Amino acid sequence: MNLAIDVQQKNQEIWVQVAGEIDAFTAPKLREELSPYAEGDMASVIVIDLKNVSYLDSTGLGVFVGLFKQLKQKDGELRLVNLSNRVQRLFEITGLSHIMNISANV
Amino acid sequence: MEQVMDYIEMKVPAKPDYVGVIRLTLSGIASRMGYTYEEIEDIKIAVSEACTNAVQHAYPTDEGGEVIVGFGIYPDKLELMVADSGKSFSFLQTRDELGPYSDSSTVEQLSEGGLGLYLIETLMDEVRVLNHSGVTVFMVKYLSGERETHGTTSTAQEAN
Repeated sequence: MNLAIDVQQKNQEIWVQVAGEIDAFTAPKLREELSPYAEGDMASVIVIDLKNVSYLDSTGLGVFVGLFKQLKQKDGELRLVNLSNRVQRLFEITGLSHIMNISANV
Repeated sequence: MEQVMDYIEMKVPAKPDYVGVIRLTLSGIASRMGYTYEEIEDIKIAVSEACTNAVQHAYPTDEGGEVIVGFGIYPDKLELMVADSGKSFSFLQTRDELGPYSDSSTVEQLSEGGLGLYLIETLMDEVRVLNHSGVTVFMVKYLSGERETHGTTSTAQEAN
């Protein structure tokens, strides 16, 4: 029920590996950890690898929507990669798959 | 009236810390009942969303409220009840204000919260909300195919 977040800078992009469950308990940590990268003059491309995310609900979607908005404002980009079928479905149900850049692979 | 075959109830502090614990319990119960992996994952999200709502509306007050989750286990369905213990909010109004994002949503229109209520209704077969001194969410998930096939063999169908 915990969340592991690993952030690495690759060239001009921020690559984030997230592992575990993203829910009401862990989502605030995720937001806190990633928000600084979307602020100010930091790199404007963030790629989040969701391969090892075993659970995601609206609290997690809210974090991604927040980052997406922050980055969009400064012409940056948020890419979500390695989505499992389950996670992908959640983006489809909510309509976010039409708006955000998501992919079942890298 | 149909009878509940088994009933399980949990009471946890109204803190986000315990939403995962509810999910684990639900997972065990639903798996015991024979739901598929996909169905269990759907119910997990719906119950978590209901618990998250309860927790987030109790939380700011710091009064240490509790969330009660009831599991009604029937041969053909699982009934879930999530009740917060006081702090009321307008569930129905909130629900009406939010839904899925549409292709035409502008970035500014994207809301970061509230999708939870939409997900509950999308993922469960039946949802009822009771606004009293607090909020209680009732949800039903039928076992695959049970709704159609059990009509002739089970009295449980009559209550629907």
